[in-house]
Amino acid sequence: MSSRPKFGVVVFPGSNCDHDTYYTLKKILNYNVVFLWHKQTDINDCDVIILPGGFSYGDYLRTGSIAKFSPIMNEVVNFAHNGGYVFGICNGFQILLEAGLLPGVMIKNQSLNFVCKDVYLSIENKATAFTNGINGNNPLKIPIAHGEGNYFADEETLKSLQNNQQIVFRYCSDEGIIAKEFNPNGSVFNIAGITNKNKNVFGMMPHPERSSDPVLKKTDGSLVFKSLANYILN
Amino acid sequence: MKEPEVNLELAIEHGLNEEEYDRILKILGRTPTFTELGIFSVMWSEHCSYKNSIAQLKTLPRSGGRLLVGAGEENAGLVDIGDGLAVAFKIESHNHPSAVEPYQGAATGVGGIMRDIFTMGARPIASLNSLRFGKLDDARTRYLFAGVVKGIGDYGNSFGVPTVAGEIYFDESYQGNPLVNAMAVGIVKTSIFASAVAKGEGNPVMIVGSSTGRDGIHGATFASEELSEKSEAKRPAVQVGDPFTEKLLLEASLEIIRKGYLIGIQDMGAAGITCSSSEMSAKGNSGMKLDLDKVPLREEGMSAYEIMLSESQERMLCAVKKGYEERVRDVFDKWDLHCEIVGEVINDDKLVINYKGKLEAEIPPFELVLGGGAPVYTREQKEPAYLNELRKFDFNSLRESENLQKEFLKVFSSPNIASKRWVYEQYDSMVRTNTIVGPGCDAAVIYIKRTNKALAMKTDCNARYVYLNPKEGAKIAVAESARNIVCSGGVPLAITNCLNFGNPYKPEIFWQFAKVIEGMGDACRFFDTPVTGGNVSFYNESPDRAVYPTPTIGMVGLVENLSHITTSYFKDEGDLIYILGEDDEELGGSEYLKIIHNKVAGDSPQLDFDVEKGLQDTLLELIRKNLIKSAHDVSEGGVICALAECCIINEEKIIGAEINLTIKSRKDFSYFSETQSRVIVTISKENKREFDKFVHSSNQLFFDIGEVRGTSLKINDDINVNLNELYDLYFNTIPKIMSSEK
Repeated sequence: MSSRPKFGVVVFPGSNCDHDTYYTLKKILNYNVVFLWHKQTDINDCDVIILPGGFSYGDYLRTGSIAKFSPIMNEVVNFAHNGGYVFGICNGFQILLEAGLLPGVMIKNQSLNFVCKDVYLSIENKATAFTNGINGNNPLKIPIAHGEGNYFADEETLKSLQNNQQIVFRYCSDEGIIAKEFNPNGSVFNIAGITNKNKNVFGMMPHPERSSDPVLKKTDGSLVFKSLANYILN
Repeated sequence: MKEPEVNLELAIEHGLNEEEYDRILKILGRTPTFTELGIFSVMWSEHCSYKNSIAQLKTLPRSGGRLLVGAGEENAGLVDIGDGLAVAFKIESHNHPSAVEPYQGAATGVGGIMRDIFTMGARPIASLNSLRFGKLDDARTRYLFAGVVKGIGDYGNSFGVPTVAGEIYFDESYQGNPLVNAMAVGIVKTSIFASAVAKGEGNPVMIVGSSTGRDGIHGATFASEELSEKSEAKRPAVQVGDPFTEKLLLEASLEIIRKGYLIGIQDMGAAGITCSSSEMSAKGNSGMKLDLDKVPLREEGMSAYEIMLSESQERMLCAVKKGYEERVRDVFDKWDLHCEIVGEVINDDKLVINYKGKLEAEIPPFELVLGGGAPVYTREQKEPAYLNELRKFDFNSLRESENLQKEFLKVFSSPNIASKRWVYEQYDSMVRTNTIVGPGCDAAVIYIKRTNKALAMKTDCNARYVYLNPKEGAKIAVAESARNIVCSGGVPLAITNCLNFGNPYKPEIFWQFAKVIEGMGDACRFFDTPVTGGNVSFYNESPDRAVYPTPTIGMVGLVENLSHITTSYFKDEGDLIYILGEDDEELGGSEYLKIIHNKVAGDSPQLDFDVEKGLQDTLLELIRKNLIKSAHDVSEGGVICALAECCIINEEKIIGAEINLTIKSRKDFSYFSETQSRVIVTISKENKREFDKFVHSSNQLFFDIGEVRGTSLKINDDINVNLNELYDLYFNTIPKIMSSEK
């Protein structure tokens, strides 16, 4: 196992994809990874902080709204402001929005129901740390599992996301066609994942850790982790 | 509040009878206090004591196979799966709460069964369910259905355990009394599993998890009576679930078990502190002294009676090794959960309850529990009159079909057969990243990390068969579960059962129950799949009727090598399609008879154990030899619906088939017959010789019926349906009904 890059997976009360993400990074991709307890106030020299999926604080009040007050979040915000890589998956994405590290908000799925299934993602920006190592133009097959993945941003924010190439993933068909019927939650502009302006903070609703193990017969998610790891190394 | 005077009348109001009240007077040698009466009434309720079922249940095979812990010994049975690991699993009903408050009723059903698993030190890895509702064209049914699904989803999704398989049926019989059975499967190292016991004088007793409120008081008693117009008023007897707290409780509980701080631990489900304290004491041949002033409460002014009977969720009772109290507290502090010492183990056969300086109860715990002093009855039995009437039905009187294709499409789009994707997409079926085969196939297959193995699991019961023939129907439920496991590449290990019946004081209902136990016992012995435990739910009656007798089977099997995993759908153009097993034109209780002719009649299909075993053995060998590419069992809707499913279940690659079926006496009979012990398999052409040779040599009847090909399903000259139409009917029937406003 190479010691760099070092991933830190934050464990909030109610996180439930923390172990999946840890297992993926450590056992499948062979990276250095540690858990970071939410009451901790240092981030142990990590190169990447991952906020995993789950239901931090039971999603009570509003998804991600209580987790942003956990002690570790001050460090995560500082880390991000200093250019450190922060990656939020599902509930982690919601927390990044609540913490103001990414623009926009998350609202309930248009269907008002939780939805869990495989979806396809078109890669809209291949120049980010999270995507630049992904070859080819095929859409990625990565599952979603959320009740509040309906990303919303006002017109001005959306325009600036577009102008700065901050939109990384959009929901599409298996052939890469982006249309309303392939949008599982009603998100604006079919958005599935975005970065901040500096491209060091990234949030996505689909779960790459759920499509990384060859045993599960789908591995597109691993491309995102690999891309990030290689980018940091080089 | 002044407590009422305790007398026979009050005892009867508590659901006890005169004989039982006399017994209480005799045990105590005095009149019970109000709190004691409450304690006896819940512990001796049907729900906790199994008083009307335990005599029958004891005839089921409860050992053998790979069982490490048998039924009734702990919260759930434990089955050895090698590599130092065991699987714990159990199914339980939450029917009555779900009938009046579907969302919370179903949610707390999931929470309760999860606690049964992790209280043994096992980490839950999968959730399953079995649901029954009235007809879906009824608005109340849709309300219950949607609420139950959301409740199951919200609880399991937040808790972080994937919901991977289940079954759902709609039938008038469940109108007003839906069935909500939840199953959990967990994995534990055989060296560290925890026991539900309290012993060793002076060991502290701690209550951990949520605080105690007034919710769910007398939930166990509520579950032990028929539903009526007044049931709505019992809504406060339904508990409220908090999956977030349960998730914290899971992590904290597993941590203190793993670290060896405990003597024993039991979750608080039905009858709360009362049940956990008396069962743990009785199991350890000791007593317990509890000081209720120490119990963290969420409401003011609660009485001893209310605290003892509260069914507030997400709580555990722990007997801790003396000297480890602070370490236990540290763990619970870390997870921001309550943790209080509320008493201690005593070397006296007494459960002593003190509150506000007053002795509120003093009862020998052994007298309270199942297997101890709780009453045991064998009820009167009588064969129901309807059976003879229904079995006389002459199938030849049915009009012959003029348009088989139309009838096929009608049966195929019945909500009982149509895809339940609308349901399972609301469940997180993938969290924990072990789900190799998720919902929608014959059984779910869940990977066991760090091994080359997986577990196959499924719930099953065709209650129409059980209604028409309780013994045969129960045998079929076991056999079909096993067949589903085998189709997925697993070896059946053991079962858990959830026995949903009407009022056992009615002789016809008890007859059904007794016959079901006979059939289930025979099948479990034959297939060497012992019963690890389960749950009995009587009194499933609405003012109009009792539900169909519904003995749900939850089965777990072991996939010994990941290469054995097999799915049900057709794979590639040109593959050959075979059916293993012979049709016997059995239409009794079939979906066809119900949907097309609006009848539930005849006898159930007959199950021949040797034929079934032969089929399963052959199929497993074919899988091990890597000779087949898909396997799907023939069940509701007959071979015609099974074939259609094989074409479209894999949404990513729907693929057609051309089929030639031999007709026995009538086309509709052959197409829709639900004869058991049949499986549709596909093989690649180059394996034909070897496949034929092997199946011949194993004396398994088999028939070459066609080929995977094209973009439609063609059967003889009768059926020719484009796959897109099939797909739409199968996947969109339930969403369309659910979005209707009627």
